[in-house]
Amino acid sequence: MRPFRYERADEVSAAVTTLVREPEAAYLAGGTNLVDLMRLEVMTPEVLIDVRRLTSDRIEELPDGGLRIGAAVTGSDLAADLRVRRRYPVLSQALLSGASGQLRNLATTGGNLLQRTRCPYFQNVTTPCNKRAPGSGCSALEGYQRDMAILGASPACVATHPSDMAVALAALDAVVTVAGPDAERRIPLTELHRLPDTTPERDTVLERGELITGVELPPPHGAARSRYRKVRDRASYAFALVSVAVALEVADGSVRDVRIALGGVAHKPWRAATAEAVLRGAPATRESFMDAAAAELSAARPLPGNAFKVPLARNTMVSTLLELLEEAR
Amino acid sequence: MSDVTARPRAVGLPMDRIDGEQKVTGTATYAYEWPLDQPVYLFPLQSTIAVGRITGVDGALAEAEPGVLAVLSHLNAPTLTRPDDPELAVLQSDEVAWRGQFIGAVVAESLETARRAAGLVRVDYESRPPDVMLRADRDDLYSPVHAAAFGTGGGELQDGSPADSVLGDVETALAASPTMVDATYSTPMYHNNPMEPHTAVVTWSDGELVVRCSSQGVTMSRALISGVLGLEPARVRVVSPHVGGAFGSKVYPHSYAVLAAMAARIVRRPVKFTLTRQQMFALVGYRPASIQRIRLAAGRDGRLTAIAHDVIEQTAKAKGYAEQVGVCSRMMYAAPHRRTTHRLAPLDVPVPTIMRAPGEAQGMYALESALDEMAIACGLDPVEFRIRNEPEVHPESGLPFSSCHLTECLREGARRAGWDRRDPAPRSRREGRWLVGTGVACSTYPSPRYPGNAATIRIGPDGRYTVRIAAADMGTGTWTALTQIAADALSVPVGQVEMRIGDSALPAASVAGFSAGINSWGTAIWEAADRLRARLRAEHDGIAPPEGLEVTAELPGGNPEAERYAMHSFGAQFAEVRIDEDTGEVRVARLLGMFDVGRVINPKTARSQLIGGMTQGMSMALFEHSVLDPRFGHVVNHDFAQYHIASHADVHAVEAHWLDQPDPFTNPMGAKGLGEVGIVGTAAAIANAVHHATGVRIRELPITLDKLVS
Repeated sequence: MRPFRYERADEVSAAVTTLVREPEAAYLAGGTNLVDLMRLEVMTPEVLIDVRRLTSDRIEELPDGGLRIGAAVTGSDLAADLRVRRRYPVLSQALLSGASGQLRNLATTGGNLLQRTRCPYFQNVTTPCNKRAPGSGCSALEGYQRDMAILGASPACVATHPSDMAVALAALDAVVTVAGPDAERRIPLTELHRLPDTTPERDTVLERGELITGVELPPPHGAARSRYRKVRDRASYAFALVSVAVALEVADGSVRDVRIALGGVAHKPWRAATAEAVLRGAPATRESFMDAAAAELSAARPLPGNAFKVPLARNTMVSTLLELLEEAR
Repeated sequence: MSDVTARPRAVGLPMDRIDGEQKVTGTATYAYEWPLDQPVYLFPLQSTIAVGRITGVDGALAEAEPGVLAVLSHLNAPTLTRPDDPELAVLQSDEVAWRGQFIGAVVAESLETARRAAGLVRVDYESRPPDVMLRADRDDLYSPVHAAAFGTGGGELQDGSPADSVLGDVETALAASPTMVDATYSTPMYHNNPMEPHTAVVTWSDGELVVRCSSQGVTMSRALISGVLGLEPARVRVVSPHVGGAFGSKVYPHSYAVLAAMAARIVRRPVKFTLTRQQMFALVGYRPASIQRIRLAAGRDGRLTAIAHDVIEQTAKAKGYAEQVGVCSRMMYAAPHRRTTHRLAPLDVPVPTIMRAPGEAQGMYALESALDEMAIACGLDPVEFRIRNEPEVHPESGLPFSSCHLTECLREGARRAGWDRRDPAPRSRREGRWLVGTGVACSTYPSPRYPGNAATIRIGPDGRYTVRIAAADMGTGTWTALTQIAADALSVPVGQVEMRIGDSALPAASVAGFSAGINSWGTAIWEAADRLRARLRAEHDGIAPPEGLEVTAELPGGNPEAERYAMHSFGAQFAEVRIDEDTGEVRVARLLGMFDVGRVINPKTARSQLIGGMTQGMSMALFEHSVLDPRFGHVVNHDFAQYHIASHADVHAVEAHWLDQPDPFTNPMGAKGLGEVGIVGTAAAIANAVHHATGVRIRELPITLDKLVS
């Protein structure tokens, strides 16, 4: 770990100004990922700007029936919130399936969205990695591929985004509110994270100095039931090989509305828009679900070491949809 | 020696750990926590190439950092007197033999400074492509000639046994057999991963070296450390009262202690050094990967006629290590024709070491999987098939077993597991989306007694006893169990006995390993107690004299009965697994073990050992797997987020039971080893249950969902 300076700003604008001014600065919230990466010298900020007390740690009702989640709300608080559990069970389930109780007590909503990939080559400074050291090469492309992407990857980077929470938020059409040097802006969650393309060092579309201040959830969709299903290498405390966040609304035997997002398969939470389009208005049957999953995964380009993720993602999507269908009856 | 049954009192009682309160209140002092006056901190440099040569070291930037006291490398390290052991001979040459090897160190006033400065040292290399992949078709496999660099024993395998064994004519028997199994099983590298990282806290004073570390055997640690540093053993003291887990990795590799001792001698200050989790994956050993071909032949009567077990295992080019993977096939089942072989693949990898049930853990996965395949091929129940093929005597040596109640374990275990309700057809049981299956496998592990033990018992004028022996408690409860043994041997309540262990200044003791601890140390304590009682009676009318009385028993040899009997613990394990048909996720709903481990000294700590072993066996079966990168030569998944050990959520019902039949020949207590037998067979029981649930036979551990999803 390299020496660093610690600063605490009194207001958001001051924090943003400081970050823009300092050439090597980073925001610090829960620190559950950043501090690990600093120990490993994967990230080497010279200044840490503590923003934990700057943003809200409250969950508030919005006039339209949605919720506004302050960026400093912890994973534990968000998962336990009664409104979240009742109206957005998929979000609570996703949070509880990630990390550990201790980590969730510390980790914040904003930080969760901005956590870095757990690609083992990214986290090891002695191996090449385009995300950590642009131009050095991608070690995973010919290396250990179990946790790597099957959708939307590039020859420069095949890493996956590790967040469970973000997958649920992607399915829920959440919007991220951001404060920046010039103005505030609102970014749909599905557009916050990037695909790697030729610049995998950039995880998100955030510009330098921009700070996440909160996440807004639209009102829950009608009678939709939602669920988060995470498949991993052990029953707890492991990142998703594949996860699925699903909200399903069925009327008269047909799919009225459906939201599907996948985790563990791409550089970003993967909203399965193709599958959704196939399903909307289609009969709510196993066959439709299979067709939808197949359509979504036709774009999959697995590596030899993660080809299993294609049938795994398909099966997990179908079985989760079937479970929700079963409960709706 | 008298028999324990004459005076059992504490032995057999579920005593709480005597160090339990200290541990739960945080007052048990582990090595790194030892308070020192003005210590300095060491952070090591590790090679970032797997094989080649160091061409330059530039420590100028590091040395310029405030608080840095020294930058060590092979260029300035003191010359060691035993450069023949490439693992212990740290910083003695410019050669790099594996990635992550120690190539230097920074010593500084704070850990943070040392770690920061270590990142500033520039090292240049001349690198060659590494060769780290174990394959059966390699053309450089060799028969191990001498693995004695590990320990002092001779022999070709690490336990002292020969590399190969032949009886009868396996090939002819296989050709003539109506039923045959020919299958190849593989196991990956596993890392021991104790909770407490390997640590050395070193002080030099007046030419004497004190090493506080986490060790499975302070007597042997002292011998190795003093040897490599060229010191009289009497001038080295190794102290290790509490050990936060070890699983074998704290027996041999002491390179970190040597490095810390070097640094302490140079900076003339006490040095603290503990490895990070990531460093442990390159520096303190691991269970080597194996490829095992098993061939079995059986007659129409369901009796085995041939057993062949051919093992290929990984070892380090830097230092040969040959594990006894196939020895279980020399003794488990009867067959007139039999053969075992061991061949090593020399790779540019870190040096392997002992890991819980070295050899048997991997070997019994393969053998007991093959037995299951053969039982099915013969149309026999796997429990009955095993009983039918149990040997009368050790099939190779012809020696009778000192005790063997394997059939009772199988029958009683089957009864408790509800085995009679089992439909043998694969995929015959389904509960919702779960496929459910059950499987059985046997467990075994030798029960040796080690030479080189001594125990001293002193009775004070107050009638209280102090027992001294340099034994080790790895967190398993040894301290408590030895106290119970001493109390019974002395015929006094446990409260009158104080047990001192974990210090090389105490009478010599063999290591905590090979399930030999209680057997070896307990026997020495028993003998000392007998002698003390005899002298008290003969010289003092049985009453402690005012000046006290002290007796030492030295047992230089092992168990003389080992010439006449084969001594093993046994067990039968039953697993119930559930597999999500959509995702291939495997959950172990129940594990039940029935064990033959002789007399149990302390049921509480014994159960903990056995269910711990079974849980580790489940972890070996389903999760753990060190992934070597063939280009870089390092373990890719080198932390607890990526190297998956069973989490609490993975562990459901785990039951350990035992027969409690004392062994007449192992030791005066009638105990057999139980530290390792619990992990042996678990993986096969689970793999067999997975086959029963799904119809899919997985012959490559771990059984991860990618092998089952479709």
